[in-house]
Amino acid sequence: MKQAPILRMRRVAVHTVLGAYTLVAILPVLLIIMNSFKDRKSIFAQPLMPPDASSFSLIGYETVMRQGDFLGYFQNSLIVTVGSIFFILLFGAMAAFALTEYRFRGNIFLFLFLALGVMVPIRLGTVGILEMMAKSGLVNTLTALILVYTAQGLPLAVFVLSEFMRTVSDDLKNAGRIDGLSEYVVFFRLVLPVVRPAMATVAIFSMIPIWNDLWFPLILAPSESTKTITLGAQVFIGQFVTNWNAVLAALTLSITPVLILYVLFSRQLIRGITAGAVK
Amino acid sequence: MGSLSLQGVRKSFGDFEAIKGVDLDIPDGEFVVFVGPSGCGKSTLLRIIAGLEEHTTGHVLIDDRVVDVVPPAKRGIAMVFQTYALYPHLTARGNMELGLKQEGTPRAEISARVAEAARMLALEPLLDRRPSELSGGQRQRVAIGRAVVRKPRLFLFDEPLSNLDAGLRVNTRLEIARLRRLLKATIIYVTHDQVEAMTLADRIVVLNHGRIEQVGSPLELYRRPANLFVAGFIGSPKMNFVQGTEAETLDAHTIGIRPEHIETNLEIGHWQGEIAHIEHLGTDTYLYVDVPKIGTMTVRLDGEADYSLGSSIFLTPRRTHLHRFDASGQRIAA
Ligand SMILES: Nc1ncnc2c1ncn2[C@@H]1O[C@H](COP(=O)(O)OP(=O)(O)O)[C@@H](O)[C@H]1O
Ligand SMILES: [Mg+2]
Repeated sequence: MKQAPILRMRRVAVHTVLGAYTLVAILPVLLIIMNSFKDRKSIFAQPLMPPDASSFSLIGYETVMRQGDFLGYFQNSLIVTVGSIFFILLFGAMAAFALTEYRFRGNIFLFLFLALGVMVPIRLGTVGILEMMAKSGLVNTLTALILVYTAQGLPLAVFVLSEFMRTVSDDLKNAGRIDGLSEYVVFFRLVLPVVRPAMATVAIFSMIPIWNDLWFPLILAPSESTKTITLGAQVFIGQFVTNWNAVLAALTLSITPVLILYVLFSRQLIRGITAGAVK
Repeated sequence: MGSLSLQGVRKSFGDFEAIKGVDLDIPDGEFVVFVGPSGCGKSTLLRIIAGLEEHTTGHVLIDDRVVDVVPPAKRGIAMVFQTYALYPHLTARGNMELGLKQEGTPRAEISARVAEAARMLALEPLLDRRPSELSGGQRQRVAIGRAVVRKPRLFLFDEPLSNLDAGLRVNTRLEIARLRRLLKATIIYVTHDQVEAMTLADRIVVLNHGRIEQVGSPLELYRRPANLFVAGFIGSPKMNFVQGTEAETLDAHTIGIRPEHIETNLEIGHWQGEIAHIEHLGTDTYLYVDVPKIGTMTVRLDGEADYSLGSSIFLTPRRTHLHRFDASGQRIAA
């Protein structure tokens, strides 16, 4: 009983810290969304106020829709992100399964080689990548971006998924083998469903940097037809004049899909992060 | 249909040799139990028989056919796992059907076999439930059903009862014994529990550190353990061992006497000791007696014996039930 007040104090402290962090993390996003629905004057006059009847305006969104092919950029971003995530998860899970399930010569070396990528930023190889893409005629294609992002995301995926694959019951896989399932069926039907929370975690952690990336779209695919939304939004930021309505509207639009995906994945994500910690 | 032969089977994991040369013949229709302490290689040996693990050297023959490189599904075996290992996304029926579907068995035949297995295991009301909606005992019955429907030549059980609670364990043990009479199949059953081994087996294979210590019927192992390890492993409570001059007078390095083969008396006997601890089990009473220069002896008495802690007691081993072992731990024939 003596410990109760201390425990309660600790709980209050933890909640205060977490609450403060939540505010810090959410406020900028809220500000962007709020201000994207206001006219230019009230953005600067009262940046912290939510839009009301007098300040409400869709001018930013109208500008965004008029200027350039915003829907097209959006589509490009979606194709690149979803495509990359798909390949990251597919190849990452397959590699993780092979590395943890089968004993073969060079197994550990291969794992370390793949995991090394977690520490070496892929941007260091930009020049080489650009040369390669140019030679294979992939410059200004979405394929180039998907290839690069898949390579960028694989190390972390292999690393995290291997850890989870190890926890999948050997008995379950063996039961499948005795029932005559091929290794592919064992992998896709028995193992993948079990590691789904880990896949969601990897999906979110890989998705955000891809969606937000400006570097590779600028270098590998800057053409009008292959622009991603991050690149597209840059047109509103000028050296001398910045169209804040449009920038805020573009940002709001580009945040939305990530938010939706996050909400979809978040339950799995939390399970993935806390797996092992909480049995 | 269903004989098994292991010839010089060895298995290494890197530098560690888990199975150190096993030779064993199991005739058709026998119920064989592999028993041994945890980590002695029982599961590894079973997985080698199933084809889930490749052995390093030696041969595995099922029905006189070498199956060293035959995949598990083509060996005519079925396996029941300690963790049940049911497919979580399929119903009980789906779990039982999957293997047959993979073999391309006709639909009508599949339904007939599942129905028969479900009746045998009283699973009929549970067929449309998923594993998550079943209790531990029910899951294990579904797992057994999944093995039964395949009509295998060899049933392999890997500690199927160790995840069940005590009461359920006895029930399921009886169930397996009954099933065995119905199926008349060859069964290899792995356990670390010597009671399961004694009650189920036609023949017991005692394993230790990847080697076979002894093969024999339950009573053979009880009456004539081949070495100290088997003597200590089979029987509960454990056999008492005595070394030193006492053993040397009988031309042995170690002598063994089971707790149930010791007579007690308050006035006269072979060893005198002091009662250090008493356990009342109702049907039996275990006395732990400190005997000077020899150590603690366990004595098992029938019923509710009335002794008091700390009192003096005389113990006399029954001569005919003494076991003698040489310096290397091997049994000395009487
Ligand atoms: N895949 C593996 N890699 C390395 N060592 C293993 C592997 N599987 C089992 N072993 C080792 O082999 C020995 C026997 O294991 P096992 O057959 O599971 O024992 P048990 O008799 O408890 O079933 C143990 O010491 C275990 O650590
Ligand atoms: Mg085992």
